[in-house]
Amino acid sequence: MSEILGGIFTSHVPGIGGAIAKGLQNDPYWKPFFDGFPPIHRWLARKRPDMAVVFYNDHGLNFFLDKMPTFAIGAAREYRHEDEGWGLSFQRPFAGIPELSWHIIKTVVAREFDPVMCQEMLVDHAVAVPFELLWPGTESFPVRLVPIAINTVQHPLPSPKRCLELGRAVGRALRSWQGDERIVVLGTGGLSHQLEGQRAGFINKEFDRFCLDNIGPNPEALLQYDSLDLVELAGSQGVEILNWLAARGAMAGEVVELESNYHIPISNTAAATMLLECREPVPA
Amino acid sequence: MTALAAQRAGARRPIPGTAPFDGDLAMRGYALNAMCYSFNRAENREAFRRDEEGYMEKFNLSRPQKDAVRTRDVLAMLEAGGNVYYLAKLAGILGLNVQDLGALQTGQSVEAFKAALLAQGQTERRSAA
Repeated sequence: MSEILGGIFTSHVPGIGGAIAKGLQNDPYWKPFFDGFPPIHRWLARKRPDMAVVFYNDHGLNFFLDKMPTFAIGAAREYRHEDEGWGLSFQRPFAGIPELSWHIIKTVVAREFDPVMCQEMLVDHAVAVPFELLWPGTESFPVRLVPIAINTVQHPLPSPKRCLELGRAVGRALRSWQGDERIVVLGTGGLSHQLEGQRAGFINKEFDRFCLDNIGPNPEALLQYDSLDLVELAGSQGVEILNWLAARGAMAGEVVELESNYHIPISNTAAATMLLECREPVPA
Repeated sequence: MTALAAQRAGARRPIPGTAPFDGDLAMRGYALNAMCYSFNRAENREAFRRDEEGYMEKFNLSRPQKDAVRTRDVLAMLEAGGNVYYLAKLAGILGLNVQDLGALQTGQSVEAFKAALLAQGQTERRSAA
């Protein structure tokens, strides 16, 4: 039987990819962020997940405004990253697991979700940067990928409640999958940041703290907000917390926080990384 | 104001210094964002560098969009419907990073914008190990 081992949550700022490409992990500006990863690398080495379900948002690599899905699920044999306009592309391909993608799609549609289904899909820095952070330097990634994109670009965005429930539906699919995969769930982006407008540079430590304290033990606490509340509280790009909520939903049940790292600033962002482990099921 | 216009105006909730990218902005900005989306390809970035005016014309940018690009006025690009994720690709061609963009939009020097971010600096780690 497949098993959900845990969830990893991390910022995906494109500049992190640039820092990796230039080998700046020990540079004083970047080190406090990268220092959050060695304990996660040790956990990955111990738990050996072989597949990753990644909740993320596309920033204009695969999707344009001509067709903007609220939710899109990849069902490809392979995914690639490409140049997003700045000349940087990550070379390692991401192997897919289309049978599981279709199982997830069938399960979430049966639970009244209506995702766009993608047999071809480029994944942008919101998938590539976390993979580079989690599995640096390997010849190929040791996990196969199911990417699930959530619209955080064009309002109206899905509500926090809807995203948490999408995650829960995906979690049900994973638990009913008859394969023997060892699964890690990823939620990428955040925390508070805003790139545009007169409020560019906005950061909200208090709200970030609220998110970090609640995403594990009590994700429902975030459901008191709608998506525009999130814009106001977390900044117009801080709405990426929606990806964290969906990933947390997929974990289901109780979780234990093993690691958390919060660091300001990375680029214009309050960056964060968190590792949550699924608690063993307790027999009734 | 027509009832429809009033409904649309009333539906937009004010958030300080922030205009959420909604359907109205997405329609207004379509041409500008389509041009910026094309910059994912290196040959298109090169074509823009060679002939900005011709490239903007090819994508049917509106006059306010063209003026905003000509003057590198980021707030005017947003006002003309630009979305920051797509504008970031144009910014790359212009040699501007997100701190440069932040400075331009908030009327500060880049040093002051960066200093404001660093002034909030903190690192907080928790580990169960």
